[in-house]
Parts: sequence; C-alpha cells; structure tokens
Amino acid sequence: MLVIVCIKEVPDAAYINISPENGLLIRQGVPSNVNPFDVYALEEAIKLKEQHGFRVTTICMGPGSAENTLKKAIAMGVDEAALLSDPSFSGSDTMSTGVILSAAIRKLAEKEEVGLVICGKQTTDGATGLVGPGIATHLKYSQLTLVDQIVSVDPQEKKIKVRRTLDGYTEVIESRLPAVITVVPQINHPREPTVRMQMLAEKAQIPQWHNSDLNLPVENIGRQGSATRVQKIFSRAMPESEIIGDGISDPDGAARQLVDTLINNNILSI
Amino acid sequence: MTEGYKGIWVFVEQRKGKAAPISWELHGIGADLSKTLGVELCSVVIGDNVSHLCDESFSYGAVRTYLVDDQIFRDYRTEPYYRTICNLVNKYKPEILLFGSTGMGKDLSGAVAAELRTGITEGCTELSIGDNRRLLMTRPTYGGNIMATIITDKTMPQIASVRQRAVPMPEKDISHKGDVIKEAVAIREEEIGVKVLEVIDSSKETGGSIDITNAEIIIGGGRGVGVAETFQSLQELADELGGKVATSRAAVEDGLAPMNIWVGQSGITVRPKVYFACGISGAIQHLAGMRDSDVIIAINYDRQAPIFEVSTYGIEGDCTQVIPAMTAYIRELKAKKSA
Repeated sequence: MLVIVCIKEVPDAAYINISPENGLLIRQGVPSNVNPFDVYALEEAIKLKEQHGFRVTTICMGPGSAENTLKKAIAMGVDEAALLSDPSFSGSDTMSTGVILSAAIRKLAEKEEVGLVICGKQTTDGATGLVGPGIATHLKYSQLTLVDQIVSVDPQEKKIKVRRTLDGYTEVIESRLPAVITVVPQINHPREPTVRMQMLAEKAQIPQWHNSDLNLPVENIGRQGSATRVQKIFSRAMPESEIIGDGISDPDGAARQLVDTLINNNILSI
Repeated sequence: MTEGYKGIWVFVEQRKGKAAPISWELHGIGADLSKTLGVELCSVVIGDNVSHLCDESFSYGAVRTYLVDDQIFRDYRTEPYYRTICNLVNKYKPEILLFGSTGMGKDLSGAVAAELRTGITEGCTELSIGDNRRLLMTRPTYGGNIMATIITDKTMPQIASVRQRAVPMPEKDISHKGDVIKEAVAIREEEIGVKVLEVIDSSKETGGSIDITNAEIIIGGGRGVGVAETFQSLQELADELGGKVATSRAAVEDGLAPMNIWVGQSGITVRPKVYFACGISGAIQHLAGMRDSDVIIAINYDRQAPIFEVSTYGIEGDCTQVIPAMTAYIRELKAKKSA
C-alpha cells in the first residue's frame, strides 16, 4: 500500500509585504521552506511506514527550486519524491492545484495501490485548507480533515480509524480506503533528520514531472484553469492603539481603568 | 457557464439541530447582497430532525429554505452533505453560495467547489458586489499582513466562506415567514464510506480540556511573563473571565509554558473576541496566529514592541503587576454585584 504526502514550498508568509511604490508583493529576499503544517503530514506517513511497512511517496508542485523542500522530506525518511513542475502549472488557484495533484496521484496509483493521501491542514501562505478536500473530491476518495490521531489502519480490510475535532466536537471516524486526510500539529512531534540522512538526501535525484507526464488540458490548469482571480491586494489597516493609564508608576490604577474601559465598551461583561 | 444562475444561498450549519451562529450572520450579509442584486435570499438546511431551523432561517431574512431532512445526516459526514448540496445547486442554480469559515464549513465548501468545478474564496471578512454583478470577496492572506480581493469570474456559483463574527448578527424577526421546499435524499447509506463511531462535545468538557481554538477570551503570556509560576496569575484572570491561557513560541522555548497552547504561524490559530497579549512582544510569527482577534489588548513594558501596532488598547507596564491587579479588581466588581 502506498501512502502519498502532498507538500508545498512556501515563502515565510510573515515576511511578505506590499511595496509602497507599486502595490505588488515583495518576494525578493523572503526565505522559502517546506510549509510548516506539512512536516506533520510527513512525520505521520513515516510513522505508518515504520509500523506497517507502507511505502511513502511525497509530491510537491512548484518551481525547480522546490527540489530542496522534497530533499528535506527525503531526509526525514520518505522513500520517493516527485516534483511537479511546468510553466503551465504556474498561477494555479486551489482548484487547479487540486486538479494537478490529483492527476499525479492517479499516475502513482497506476503502478501501486494508493491507500492514503496525507496533507497538512493548510499552508501558511494562502492558508485556505481547501486543497485536501479538492483532491479527495476529484479522486472520489473519502475525506477526513483536521485529524489529530490515526487510531488504526487495516490495509487488508481497507479501513482507517481516525480522531478529529471539528468546531469543538471530537469525533472518532471509521472510513474505507483510499482516503485523503489532513492533519493538525497535535498529531505528532516531527523528527529532526539525522546528519547521515541529510547527506543522503542531498545526493538524491528528484524526478521532475511535467505536464507531458500528466497530460492535462492546459485550459484546466495554471492561471487559465483557475476559477478565481485576485482583483486587488492591499495592506491591512492597523487599529489605533489607545494607551490606558500609566502602567509604569501606577499598574493598579491602569489595570482598573482598563477593566472599566472594556466593560463600558461591551468588550467584557462581569 | 454563468447563464441562468440567480439568487443567494446560505448554508445553515448545525449540530444536533442547533444552528451555529455564523449561519445567521451569513443571513445578514446575504440579505445585504440580495438587495444590491435584486434577488432572493434562500437557505439550505440539511440534517436529521432539523425542520425547525427553516422558521429560524426565515426570521433572519431568508424567503425560502431548501430542506433535506433525513437520518442519514445525523452525524456530519462530508460525502452525503456535499453531494446533497451539489444536487440542489445543479437543480436550482444560485449565483452565490455562502458557508461559514468553520471546521465543518471549510471541509464541506472545499468539496462542493471541487465537485462543481467553480471558484471558492475561503475565510472572507468582507463581501460586496462589483462590476457585472460579481461578488467581491476580501480576505486576509500571507499571515494577515495583506488583504486580497478575489473574484470568481468564469463559473457559477460563486462560493465564499465567511469568518465567524466578521459581519454583524442581523435582527431576528419571528413574524417574517417564507416557503419550505422539501427535497428528497438522493444518496443511500451503503454508498457512504465513512461512519462516525463516537462524538464528544469537547466544549462541554470541564477541567482537562485545553482546546483554545474556540475560546472567546484568551490570555496570552509571552517571555515577559518571566517565570512559569507567573503563568498561574494568567490562569487566575482566565478563570475569572471564563477564558483560556495561550502562549508564544518564545515562552515555549524558555520552558515557561507547554507547546499545546502555542499560538503562532505554525502553531495554533485563534480568533477570540478578546486577546490579552501579556509580555508578548509581537513577533510576526505570533501575530499570524492571533491578529484576527476582535479586540487585542497589549500589556508590555516596552512601548516600542510591535504588539502595540495591532492592539486596540494597551498598557505600558509590567504584566506581572497589571494582571494580578486586573484579577483583583474583577473579583471586587463581582463581589459588589452579588452583594
């Protein structure tokens, strides 16, 4: 049984800003790394490999430089990686991203039975959490989001049991395989790759898959295949901070004044 | 691909027959949009024994409700819910479909949009109508520094999920009535690959629960709290206010607080009504996890700390003095009130 982990290389979102000159995103000099939420997906897949002997493949859509992100996954212990890279993929929104990743998973499924697809709960840049559900829907796999524990996997019966919390309700769910799960950070403590694994990963050859390998109609992918368009970006308006009292020389008075202010403005009720 | 689609639909999210507040907030913004477009506001109610939610939906402004009531919908499961919504959309063709940006809303809307091959914008904080009747969907992105306005320009319906408490709750008018359109279930239990074995309402659990995601009041303590013992004073304030204690990565690294309450870009994202940032300088990674809170209150001795740039109120001072003083004053007020 094959376990596939979908990962993404993201810019460190917190450092992204808008140029005051031209209103465009400044990406230059912003470091990129594997999406922090995907590290938990990788760890969970590698744990399944250790417990059940499943094979683990990770796929990543992105530019050639995203190879480094896949090397980090190999250093953690995944068996194989593929970089989905093609000019026609660029500008994809969540829908065309889902279409491309699903096509890659179908291609992997031709050679080996896919049991499970694992994604992080969202990325730190777009932060939609919609790609996992998109993949599940396109492939007609079961969809289980926000999983915080894999209770059991039975490859013979083709079943998985997971726990997840949705809006304050914790659910134990049994599903047939194949399934797509998205995982939350509470699920595990990701390992640090050993120096030896890092050196091996550095030498690994990462195959690149282009659209000639996936054969997707260009009108369904990339900017052309995206159903959404960004019409405008702008900096977020900052609130004016109101400083209450003199907290340095009279912390008690400032504390009382703050509580009164919050109550008078219906922010707190006692 | 956009011909013949008309009207605004709101999905009524419910658990055990009780609607999530976001469902009615969506009725408010949905009514505004429907007036601008000159179309009807309708709702979709799916569940087991949920027909009472139709009247509630009318009282919040819907003129028609599509009701699919069956025991197959007793537990929330993606497949029967998304297939049912897609069937309804294909039959009645609304131009706009709104969900709450909740765990369930995201799980469901992502599947619906993928199945209908249409665009979706997640986590909107503003909706309005632009040129050619297009829905303008605005959301924070890239850790919250930046806002993006997004459109779905080639396909229908235009799907958006809206954050909780981003738009006002409309007035309830129980004299307002509408039509119920009952739809049959088009899916059988054998077709569904998922079973919910157990459901625990963790919001009702007392004591052991430390899930801060849904807390309405959060007391966040950072490095400035100084020692682990002082976190106890944050807990005391949280107890008085019915809130939860959270922390920053810096405080976790210093061993002041456990990792399971770490708020930040790659930790937990929270959006409470009130977030007290105590001894938190406001590193961008922490801000990414909490800056969408309704009201942020900074308590920090460093007036230059970036946390003051995102806060509504601030106290320049030592949080280890201010917090216990707040707790004492709140207890005093409560004692006066009950006397």
